[in-house]
Amino acid sequence: MFNLLHRLSSPPSFFAFAGRALPWLLGGALLLIAAGCYQGLVVAPADYQQGDSYRIMFVHVPSAWMSLFIYMVMAAAGAIALVWRIKLAEVIASASAPIGASFTFLTLVTGALWGKPMWGAWWVWDARLTSELILLFLYLGYMGLESAIPDKRSAARATAILALVGSVNIPIIHFSVEWWNTLHQGATVTKLGAPSIHPSMLLPLLLMAVGFKLFYFANLLVRARCQMLEREQRSHWVSTLIKEAA
Amino acid sequence: MTPKRTQRLLLITGLVVGVGIAATLASLAFRENMLFFFAPAQVLAGDAPVGRNFRLGGLVEAGSIQRAGDGLTVDFIVSDGAATVPVRYKGLLPDLFREGQGVVALGRLETDGRFMAEEVLAKHDENYMPPEVAEALKTAQDNKQPLAGRPM
Amino acid sequence: MDSFLHMGGYAFYVWTSYALALVVLSLNWILPRRALHKRWHALLRREQSSTGKAA
Repeated sequence: MFNLLHRLSSPPSFFAFAGRALPWLLGGALLLIAAGCYQGLVVAPADYQQGDSYRIMFVHVPSAWMSLFIYMVMAAAGAIALVWRIKLAEVIASASAPIGASFTFLTLVTGALWGKPMWGAWWVWDARLTSELILLFLYLGYMGLESAIPDKRSAARATAILALVGSVNIPIIHFSVEWWNTLHQGATVTKLGAPSIHPSMLLPLLLMAVGFKLFYFANLLVRARCQMLEREQRSHWVSTLIKEAA
Repeated sequence: MTPKRTQRLLLITGLVVGVGIAATLASLAFRENMLFFFAPAQVLAGDAPVGRNFRLGGLVEAGSIQRAGDGLTVDFIVSDGAATVPVRYKGLLPDLFREGQGVVALGRLETDGRFMAEEVLAKHDENYMPPEVAEALKTAQDNKQPLAGRPM
Repeated sequence: MDSFLHMGGYAFYVWTSYALALVVLSLNWILPRRALHKRWHALLRREQSSTGKAA
């Protein structure tokens, strides 16, 4: 197992592996997202309290889960890069940041579009919304810091420390609805006991969640391949690859 | 693991643990200020600020909504199960505002104990179901215990 | 069909959310894809010009 991981983490085999895995991941993502949209917009019934406006949830909730998940991947890859100086970990952390920022942005905007008709306000400064906004600033700060340091390897170290320090925000976001009185409601799917959501509404939510996750992995591979080519452009394996293609 | 890597691992573990402790202490210290709203029981106990705006949160008591003749002014009672506060509000209400549903009102407490709201936000719960299922659940619950309160 | 587009009166909020999600996901796909394509072709050109000189 460790051997396999070790071989995979070498840039040339990662580059080849990513190329093979890409179409499958993207295909799966598109299929699941299309099925989720159909189930969520057409099949699922309206909610007893919120009417049709709750359908925003099928975009909002998976985006919010991804915004947290991608940050955890980024912080873990950053820690690996700091300790073992593995190039692949540096690339994965750096390639995750813009995707995470996108999902965080989507979470905040779809949340506002849900909040206006339901709560009566686009935005409130409660603990959940504020901590999610801080997450967006963490992602943007990460990308800013990275672009400010010309040397890729020192940039990877500095940004990894920022990602690790910022990771305290992740449990705060998740538990904010329990620790403080918030306008945002509590967890539905991840709370202990049975989820308080009807199966016909849970299905599209899960389809979209898995679809978004596959999309992230596919997107990550494209971005990581691009960064690998850039970082390793003078290496032997890249010139061999190019010679074969030319 | 080479000694150098072990050292780096310890260093970043220490960093994350340290920042975690600092964040925990900070959020414990700010616990009061991070409250988005006060419940009626807290208001009656005198925890809410006097003479300036704060937010009051709870459930709109069933049967308590009264609309005045001008069509804009609404009176209702906010309850948390333990205590109640009467609220008056003049303006448009969000779509989710209804009896038995969570609500957060921004305003101040008058001397007569009435809460004059400037803004009313509806809070929705974490339950999602089709109307027929909600109806069936309600019938089943009404048969069992007529006065079942729903947690906020 | 009409009632589907109407979304019980929440058409603006629901459709804006889904449209925005579509835009954000598409940009996330197209921009890195294009960057990868560009980099690959830049390397190809470099290779071809260097072999051209050698010949």
